Order: sequence, then C-alpha cells, then structure tokens
Amino acid sequence: MLKAMLGEAWLAMGANRLRTALTMLGMVIGVGAVVIMMAIGQGAQYAVQQTISTMGSNLFIVLSGSFTASGVRSGSAGAPSLNVADADAIAELDGVMNVAPTHQGTRQLVYGSQNWSSQVIGTTPAFLDARAWNIVNGAGFGDSDVRSSTRVAIIGKTVAENLFGADDPVGKTMRIQQNPFLVIGVLGSKGQNLDGRDQDDTVIIPLSTAQRKVFGTPFLGSVRMIMVQADSAEAMPKVMENVTSLLRQRHRLREGMPDDFFMRNLSAAAESEAETTRTMSILLGAIASISLLVGGIGIMNIMLVSVTERTREIGIRMAIGARQKDILSQFLLEAVMISFAGCLLGLLIGLGVALGINLFTGMVIVVSGSAALIAFAVAAGVGIFFGWYPAQKAARLDPIEALRYQ
Amino acid sequence: MGPVANESVIRVVGLGKSYETAAGLFPALKGVNLDIQSGEYIAIMGPSGSGKSTFMNLLGCLDTPSMGDYFLAGSNVAQMAKDDLAILRNRTLGFVFQGFNLLPRMSLQDNVALPLVYAGVDKETRRAKARELLGKVGLGQYAESQPNRISGGQQQRVAIARALVNAPRLILADEPTGNLDSHTSEEIMRLFGELNAEGITIVLVTHEPDIAAHAKRQVKFLDGEIVSDHLTEHAPA
Repeated sequence: MLKAMLGEAWLAMGANRLRTALTMLGMVIGVGAVVIMMAIGQGAQYAVQQTISTMGSNLFIVLSGSFTASGVRSGSAGAPSLNVADADAIAELDGVMNVAPTHQGTRQLVYGSQNWSSQVIGTTPAFLDARAWNIVNGAGFGDSDVRSSTRVAIIGKTVAENLFGADDPVGKTMRIQQNPFLVIGVLGSKGQNLDGRDQDDTVIIPLSTAQRKVFGTPFLGSVRMIMVQADSAEAMPKVMENVTSLLRQRHRLREGMPDDFFMRNLSAAAESEAETTRTMSILLGAIASISLLVGGIGIMNIMLVSVTERTREIGIRMAIGARQKDILSQFLLEAVMISFAGCLLGLLIGLGVALGINLFTGMVIVVSGSAALIAFAVAAGVGIFFGWYPAQKAARLDPIEALRYQ
Repeated sequence: MGPVANESVIRVVGLGKSYETAAGLFPALKGVNLDIQSGEYIAIMGPSGSGKSTFMNLLGCLDTPSMGDYFLAGSNVAQMAKDDLAILRNRTLGFVFQGFNLLPRMSLQDNVALPLVYAGVDKETRRAKARELLGKVGLGQYAESQPNRISGGQQQRVAIARALVNAPRLILADEPTGNLDSHTSEEIMRLFGELNAEGITIVLVTHEPDIAAHAKRQVKFLDGEIVSDHLTEHAPA
C-alpha cells in the first residue's frame, strides 16, 4: 500500500516537473541557508572557544592603583600599592587555586646578531599553571629561582623563531637589557588572544629577577599585577569579594576610602565574547529558518492548487473506495516527498557552499551531523505541517461534488 | 416485484432525499420503494430532474438519504459512516461513469488495479487481476498504455474492467454510452449483456429508450417518484 502510494506521489510530482522543481527550490534555499548559517555560527563559536581555552579559566587580575604626581595621573598599576606579600596572603584564601604576582613590560632581546622586541613577564611558577601553559622543550623555573633571582628565561614560540631561527634555544644565552639570561625552556603555542595579540611573543622570567635586573622598581617587592585563579566559575564572585576585603584590610583602608587597586575578571570578558557568538549563531539560524518557513508556505500553496486541479481525480478515487485517510495520506506523502527532496538538495548545496567559504575565505566552519539531522527533521515537519491543510481539504471533499467538477 | 427479500441485492424502503435551497426544502426523492434481485439487469430511466441521479447517488453509497432505509447486500447503509461507505463502494459496488473517469497519468493496468490498492491487495495479485480483466474486455494488449492513447469506447471498456476488479455484487452504470457513438454504444451494451449473462447484477441509468431496451427490467422516475416498473417486452437476442 505504502509502496503503491509512494509510486503515485512520484508520478504526481513528475506530472508537472517545473512546478515541482520551483516548489522544491523554496525548500532547497531554506535548508541550504540553515546549513550554511549554522556552519558559520558554529564555526565562530568554535573559534572563540579555542581562544578562550588558551587563556586559562576562572582567572581575574588585581592591578595596583593609579597615583597622581603634579596633577598627572598614572594609569592603573602606576602606584606601587601591591606587593608579593599581598599575593602570598591571597593564596591562603579559600577557593583560590593559583596566585601569580607579575610584572611585565616590553624589552629588546638580543641573541648573537639577532634582536627582537617582546613582552617580558616576571612572575612565579604558578603563572604557567594558571594559564594552563605547558613547556614543550626544556623545563620551567622553580620557586627557588624566584627566591634567588636567577637569570633564566622561558620563551614563547614566536620569540624562539625570531631570535634563534633553526637553533635549539634551550641552553643558549640571550640578553635582555644587557643582562644575560639562560634560556631553559620553550612554551607550547597558544596563538592569538581575543584582542588578536600573539600570545607566543612572550618571555617569562622569575619575578624577582625581573624587578631587580630588567624593570627596576622603586619599592622592593612591589608588583603591578597579581593574577588569581579560582578553583571554579561558581567560586569566582566569592573569591573576588574576599580578595577585595583582604586587600583593603592589608592596605589599612578605612570605611569610605577608595580601593587602591583594580580588579578585572578575564573570564567574564571571554564569557561575554562566547555569549556574543552564541547569540550571533542563534540569530543566523533564526533568519535562515524564515526562508525555510517561506519554503513551507510555497509547498502549501502548490498543494492547494494541486488539490483544486485534481478534484475530479479525488472524486474518482473516492468512488472506487478510497477512504478519507487514503486521500489524506496521498497528498501528505506528496508534500513530504517534495519537502524531503528539497531538503536533501539543500543539504548538499549548503555543505558545498560552506566548504567553499572555508576554502576561499579561510573562515572556520563547523558542520555537525546533528545540524544535518535537524534539517531533515525540520523538512519532514514542514512537509507534514504545511501539507496537512491541503491534504485535509482533499480528504473532506464530497465525492459527488468532486466527481461533477470539470 | 416478488417478495424474495433474502435474494435482494438492493432493497429500498421509503427512501427520500431533500435538498436545502433558497426557496426552502426541495424533495428530490419522495419515499421510493424498490427491490433488485441478484442477477437482474435493470434500467433506471427518466428526464433530468426526475430524481434518478439522486437515486443513483444513494444506491452508489456516495450520498446519505434524508429518510427511509437502504439495504445493500443485507445491511442497512442509510446511516453508515463515510469510511464504511467507502469500503462498501470498494468491495460491493462497481462504478461505470458517462465520462469514463480513468486517471490520466496511469497505465490502463494501474487504472484497473486501483480499487485493489484501496482494498489492500498485494502488488502481484493486483497485476494478475488487472491483466485478467483487461483481457476479459478485450484490451489485454494495451495494459501498459495510457488512457489518452485509446478510443472512448476502449476507455469505457477499461472502466468496466476496473468496476469488475473487486468482484462486486453489482455494477452501477451512469449513462455509460452518453459520450459514445451509436456503433460503440452497441458494443458496450453487448459487453454489459455478456456480464449479466454471467450472473452479474447491473443497474443502468439512462434517458435513451433504445439503450434501456437492453435491460431486462425498466424503472421510470418522474418528479422524485417511480411512475412505472416493468419487464422489457422485446429483450434483444
């Protein structure tokens, strides 16, 4: 029975090929648009997720406050209000996983005849843990290096390439501001951060060494920034609150006095970026769905015309014993078949265009099997939803009226 | 007619049908009584507006009466549901129309087999049955042709084959020769005669007396009532 009906639906579709093709086109464009938009949206989400995962999770930074000298205000981290002891105290708080006081700036690096300007970060070993940054070649430095201000450096991939070229940097000595530093390790690549800055263009050295030999500091032990990692996203607000009250207490700030430090939630910025792409992805999908809806309405329109045109045929079928549900399923099947064929074509075209976009623009696209499945389910749904009314109309025809129809 | 109720294919008691019109309720059929026995060949006659089409629609289970009872093969169909009527049309009745009413995009074989599709018969049986009946009406060689490739008379033969495919208790033919020339009409009437000779009950609606003369019994309608019911005097050889 089903096979016979499928054959009949196929015949009916073939009876007016141009019309069937045009009806299908609506679905092709609709499904194609959904597939392309979802591929682009999911690609953007994937790209942001990748960037975020290189940044380290549940991070916030504490920056020392600004100061004013002769009416000129420094930016944040201008005043020496934070020190290593603050960092040690923060490390004692509940919910804190890693604390890394850091001091950073841009310095010229020299190795042999090569030189390169890069970001130099003076910090403690906890920094690499907080950023989930591993060493691919050589080793890192330990707390003893920080205590004794040894002149060792871990360099990023970009620095290694520009300064050392094909040479193995580990064991070589480079100079930062005339001071010789022994390169002991090379960091794994992290690529760009959310601002587009190359995270691999970095040199990491012990904090005390940085303060004494590279940047110099008017107050020994002061740091510009403390990076703090909470052990979970849920713990973040509580930890930030505790750090604030701890620092106010340690800096002897009375009620009503402003904080002499700033806090920035790095993860929040990343989260909002992810949220933006998620919203964009949903928006793209929603816009594409409208064309799917229009395609569905096209099917309904043509099915209504078809029912009117074939009124006499319906009458004949009823006279020789078709029940209402036979007529209903015949027209429904036709609508679903048009919808499915359109969907299949749209899926192929959508995939082709998505791959083309990837090939020619290099934009990251992600095509998931679930997106294809959803598209198919939607196509079947659209066929049934928009085919139902015309099919119902056909099934409810009066056989006598239908037989008389010219 | 005789009181042999258990032999009746059709028994109609006080059957009436009224239509709503702007001028009020119009009685198209005014309480008709009729018995048709198994194996009969009966012509229903009358001018247009006499109620014969209304009566035919009721007999064909295409419409439901306003009053009275209609027993088809023993069961009262007057108050049956639409889907049950569809099953009766499929299994118990065979229709032959004035306009042939074949489906244009299908082969003759598929046209003949269509009632079997709705009866839920499997494909092989459908094929075999359709071939057999096309052979019976003399069109076996055209099984794969489309209806528009053959003449009107041939199309009507295909329609008759389709009416016979489910082995119905009776054939209802509504002006079956109305669209045919006199020569072809004779051929079709001869085919009906042969089918009746095999024991198939035939109800024929026509307004042409020489066509009605092929039937063994003639019933005349006028203004929604039966005005005469008699056997044909000179049944053809």
